[in-house]
Amino acid sequence: MSTAVQLAATGHGFLSPTGVEIAFLLVGIATFGAAVITVTTKQLVHAALWLVVALGGIAVEYLLLTAEFIAWVQVLIYVGSVVVLLLFGLMLTKAPIGRSPDADSGNRPAALAVAVAAAAALVWVVVDAFRATWIDLDKGVQGSTAVSGESLFRYWVLPFEALSVLLLAALVGAIVLSRKKVEEKR
Amino acid sequence: MHLAYPAVLAVLLFCTGLYGVLARRNAILVLMSVELMLNAVNLNLVAFDVWLRDTLHAGQALTLFTIAIAAAEIGIGLAIVLLVYRNRGTSDVDRLRDLADPPPSGQVPPDDSDDSMAAATDNGPGNGPGNGPDDRADQGTRARRQTA
Repeated sequence: MSTAVQLAATGHGFLSPTGVEIAFLLVGIATFGAAVITVTTKQLVHAALWLVVALGGIAVEYLLLTAEFIAWVQVLIYVGSVVVLLLFGLMLTKAPIGRSPDADSGNRPAALAVAVAAAAALVWVVVDAFRATWIDLDKGVQGSTAVSGESLFRYWVLPFEALSVLLLAALVGAIVLSRKKVEEKR
Repeated sequence: MHLAYPAVLAVLLFCTGLYGVLARRNAILVLMSVELMLNAVNLNLVAFDVWLRDTLHAGQALTLFTIAIAAAEIGIGLAIVLLVYRNRGTSDVDRLRDLADPPPSGQVPPDDSDDSMAAATDNGPGNGPGNGPDDRADQGTRARRQTA
């Protein structure tokens, strides 16, 4: 009760959410619903398209958390390229168009039990830990392109360059893995 | 904004991805679920970075790095899935059990009746995955070579 009084004194209302919170909640519900459809639908191409909705919803959540640069990077890389790659993968492995009855494996009840147990435990822990914690979004934008670029190229240059080498190595590896053997054709 | 909103959303997305990884059979759908789990982690990183007002912006920098590593991972993962599909004719993770222990006392596991499974297991130990003679793609290249 005393914590409730303290919280009320600091100006954060329990039952009066702000507009940002309401928007976050609605977008979060849509995102979670799209994610659930992604992992449960029987149509493989629809799973990739619902993944677009889920990733776009997460981009909107980044915008609501004032991390603009991350949001646009999310839209560019995830929605723009990763989902397209996944769709190409589905097409190249001759994924059936329409409902495929064997999209889920036999250990589905065990997976559901594990996921629900993990979700219950983690939600309980997280809500209990951050019950009285608020993000102050009014003190300026945290993740504009200027701020992100400055921190990225002032403090994180070495990991950035190492990551570019890793990305190059990964792409070369992907090309080497996926091309056909040349000596077979001779 | 209450910090519990992004934290709970990240937890729910992570557990959705966990369910997908455990329950899906197609390897590409498993990769999609892995992407969901990585996005849940990214949401947590951004939320805690904004909450802590980190002067180094470690959370957002790490989010960018995670996105780049996820892109690399999806490229390599799709290349491996395509290679497995080209060699085996299937991309179901349930059927890739060459490394599984043999069933005890000679009983046959129920999935063995499939022809693609039989084709996958007919690869002897001498035939590496690159030169298995019994897959459709190889037959296609052989036919193309004969016509050429």
